[in-house]
Amino acid sequence: MLKAAKVIALKDLRIELRSRVVLNQILPFVVVVLIIFAFAFSKYPTLLVTVAPGLYWVATLFSSLLALQRSFSLETENGAKDALILYGLDPAGIYVGKVFAVLVEMVVLEVFLTLGIVLLYSVHLHELVDLAFTGLIGTLGILAVGVTFSAMTSASKAKETILPLLLLPVVAPVLLSGTKAWENEIAGKAGLGDPWVGLLILFAAAFLSLGTLTFGSVLEE
Amino acid sequence: MARKSWIALVGAFALVTVGVTYIMGLWITPPDVFQGNLVRLIYVHPAVAWVAYLAYGVTSLASLAYLWKKTRNYKWDLLAASSAEVGVVFTALTLITGSIWGRPTWGVWWTWDARLTTTALLLVLYLGYLALRRVSEDREQRAKRSAVAALIAFIDVPIVHQSVVWWKTLHQSATVFNADLNPKIHGEMAWTLLLGFLSFTVVYVWMVIKRYDIARTQFKLEDQTVERAIKERVGTI
Repeated sequence: MLKAAKVIALKDLRIELRSRVVLNQILPFVVVVLIIFAFAFSKYPTLLVTVAPGLYWVATLFSSLLALQRSFSLETENGAKDALILYGLDPAGIYVGKVFAVLVEMVVLEVFLTLGIVLLYSVHLHELVDLAFTGLIGTLGILAVGVTFSAMTSASKAKETILPLLLLPVVAPVLLSGTKAWENEIAGKAGLGDPWVGLLILFAAAFLSLGTLTFGSVLEE
Repeated sequence: MARKSWIALVGAFALVTVGVTYIMGLWITPPDVFQGNLVRLIYVHPAVAWVAYLAYGVTSLASLAYLWKKTRNYKWDLLAASSAEVGVVFTALTLITGSIWGRPTWGVWWTWDARLTTTALLLVLYLGYLALRRVSEDREQRAKRSAVAALIAFIDVPIVHQSVVWWKTLHQSATVFNADLNPKIHGEMAWTLLLGFLSFTVVYVWMVIKRYDIARTQFKLEDQTVERAIKERVGTI
């Protein structure tokens, strides 16, 4: 399984390095989102500091939708998905590889997103390790269920509209817990022992297990 | 007795029990000391909420039965879909009746309380499930994918609930099924409440049977269309 995961992850990351869709298109999108949020709160600029954790997670969620769609649009071209199945790769391996590749892309995006929040919203961040871990585990949760849903919908005609409808309600706990965990960490109130971080870990673990078990059923045509 | 008569009997029973709940709830039971006539919504609101949860429970079990290879049968898929559809209707009813009660009691149509938020998310979660069922054209693919989506929703609901419960909550704690199983409601009000649960559950059963029958007929029709098309092609060769 891990061998298949490595092959898939390296393949996806190599494609990204050559095409730079995430860096050249999704990253600017994240910047635009940050600017648009600032417009929404223009009357009370200080409010941006207060709501920055929530905005971080909303931006992460939106950009992960794009990254996920990109990840599976690669497989719909030229029947690449059928080839993957015909190679006899372990479906669980394909799943883990996809999650890992998108996670790496998202980590890069989130580094820029955090920088944007610090620079544009004047938020002072302490406890960077805690924040980074919370960001990583929350994103992993989003992607764990997101990869399953993207695989289900990538071949359909309504893929752009159905993925957000399926994914957003399911990952609502990540948005809520991630925001609360970041708020507490920024306020210096709680570290990684925060129950909200625990909930994020539980979420990621539950959906990684389910995704690994069911990806075979999702992938079969 | 034939299947059709059974279904008609279930339908008639549902109609009668809902009718009796209606009369008991509106005329026989007294108004509440504190809430006045508003209390009458209690005969509907918890009952429809319970049916929504029941419906999603059935959807989850049926989806599991479909995914498990030993019990794999399209019947489970059709049952899961039928129950989810009825569940969505009852979830919407739960939100509507809750809002009607919330406006005069809390002063707002909507508040970001734990149960309200969970219920609203539950509604969109299963709307997504129903939307997913419409995008796949292949029967087997649709069945497998929607079964996985139903399982995701099933695992998600307790996590959603836990995450929103940690917000401070405004909603009343459970009236009947509270932790010490000591109901805070008595006499004819309690009986009417229980009758409400029974009547809406029977309504649910009747609706799912009807919806399942329609789904099965559609399924057979698809088969016949394919067969006819094959016959026409073969006939012309």
